Amino acid sequence: MTLSITKAVLLCSALALSACSNANKFGAGDDNVANLNGGAGAADAASDSTTAAYFQQTVGDRILFQVDQSTLDSSGQALLTEQALWLNQNAGFNAIIEGHADEQGTREYNLALGARRANAVQEYLVSQGVAGARLRTITYGKERPIEICSEESCYTQNRRAVTVLQAGLGS
Amino acid sequence: MKILRIFTILLTGLAALPAAAEPLRIVIDEGVNEPLPVAVPRFVAETPGAEDIARQLAEIVAADLAGSGLFRDIPEDAFISQITSFDSPIQFSDWKAINAQALVTGAVSVGSGGRVNVKFRLFDVFSEAALGDGLQMGGTTTSIRRIAHKLADQVYSRITGETGYFDSRVVFVAEEGPKNARRKRLAVMDYDGANVSYLTDSAAIVLAPRFSPLGDKVLYTSYETGFPKIFVMDVGTVQRRVLDDQPGTMAFAPRFAPDGKTVVFSLSQGGNTDLYRLNIDSGRSARLTTSPSIETAPDFSPDGKQVVFESDRSGSQQLYIMPAGGGEARRISFGKGRYGTPVWSPRGDLIAFTKQNKGRFHIGVMRVDGSEERLLTASFLDEGPTWSPNGRVIMFTRETSGAQGSSSLYSVDISGRNLRRVSTPAAGSDPAWSPLLP
Repeated sequence: MTLSITKAVLLCSALALSACSNANKFGAGDDNVANLNGGAGAADAASDSTTAAYFQQTVGDRILFQVDQSTLDSSGQALLTEQALWLNQNAGFNAIIEGHADEQGTREYNLALGARRANAVQEYLVSQGVAGARLRTITYGKERPIEICSEESCYTQNRRAVTVLQAGLGS
Repeated sequence: MKILRIFTILLTGLAALPAAAEPLRIVIDEGVNEPLPVAVPRFVAETPGAEDIARQLAEIVAADLAGSGLFRDIPEDAFISQITSFDSPIQFSDWKAINAQALVTGAVSVGSGGRVNVKFRLFDVFSEAALGDGLQMGGTTTSIRRIAHKLADQVYSRITGETGYFDSRVVFVAEEGPKNARRKRLAVMDYDGANVSYLTDSAAIVLAPRFSPLGDKVLYTSYETGFPKIFVMDVGTVQRRVLDDQPGTMAFAPRFAPDGKTVVFSLSQGGNTDLYRLNIDSGRSARLTTSPSIETAPDFSPDGKQVVFESDRSGSQQLYIMPAGGGEARRISFGKGRYGTPVWSPRGDLIAFTKQNKGRFHIGVMRVDGSEERLLTASFLDEGPTWSPNGRVIMFTRETSGAQGSSSLYSVDISGRNLRRVSTPAAGSDPAWSPLLP
């Protein structure tokens, strides 16, 4: 337990703010973890292709969806193929796939929609050879928008599935 | 509920006064255009030091009645007479002159240990007669608001012929912080926003609570384990436990059956969300729906025999009713747009719902067979209706748009009139109304 907490903090310190707060969402809800971000360290980590920062910034950690849809378009599939490749090469990481919805829906329906989106990503990654045991899904529905305006420019960013890395048992 | 363990309100009759031949009446079904003018002069303080309580009682009764939209509270400075003694004859001409149609009189005495005794009468001013018997209630100084709500319920029911709803509570989600980092806590309050207390801290997201039929427990969704799971909490002790924690699944949208033991909820597994039922004592669960579509937001009929829910099996969110044990579902929503969050009226006659159409959200009601749909509200985002215990008022969440958008609780009566914001200390969402307290 102590070990995994230490790893989470180290992982977080190497990540940009947004990824850190994402990773933190299924933690204890302690916002202070985000303050551990290293400025220069993040850039160094991002150039090392085996880091979570590289995965987030260079591979790309999120897939966007059309309104009320959970279908992966060709660009989404291409990005997930890259994610799968990276995950297959970096077996030390597991991932939680977060499904999100924009605010234009009822709360519980959006939870179910987020679950669909996260599952679509999980299934695709598994189809590309990532072991299912390394992946978990979670839905946040409309509870955690990343953009806060009430316009399509924000909604399009909020209809997303984010692959959030966790230090796995193998690392 | 906790408060009930602390005191008991005793109702006893007072000596009857002559009753009116044709009682004063508001018939709600006909739609009330003109609120009935009512005078609620401050109660008579019968012991030294009871003046504050005497004033509070009258103010709360008046606020309840006016807040229903069925009554208009005549301000004190218009009064010609004052009530200085509970048993003195009423000067009806003074109340007629200011067009008060109903008059509420009361008196309060405070005894040792904070014991409170409240007397109450209701008069039909134009008939110059009592409307129903006088009442006497015992309680404590901490139960003043509840005593006042019970008196207001008496006035409401004597004049409308229907049960009141003022002595009730609401469980909801108190919200703080910006949209992208919102902190949510479970909270309970009186129906009018008074007496807020918090049941959880904001360490985990909490969503969509529901009272048990007796009001002693709350079901809700929490991310406390890291994943959305359903919890049951004892409101008095704030003890909670997770229900149905199957690994690899997510659970939400829990609702009690009228038996208080059966829970229907949504379980997501492999991206598919279906309805399940669970016995909270035995932990045994059964699957109610098996389609690859989304099935969520269930709610029981008052007799517990049917469940109304939403599903996108037709391609978009629509409302369905099925037997409570599962089986064939019939669709009841057929209008334009999407329908969600159905809730069955405690009277059994109507289903309230959220409707999305052309970028707007509405709270609406329809009959159980889907006919006579009426939209009661319209805004950027209205959702999640809950019924008052008497099935006459709906409370819901209204969220404003934009980066500074926030949620508030609103209520509206089922004719679409009397839309008002419910006063809460901070932002709030996902209200669920309790039954009328005993």
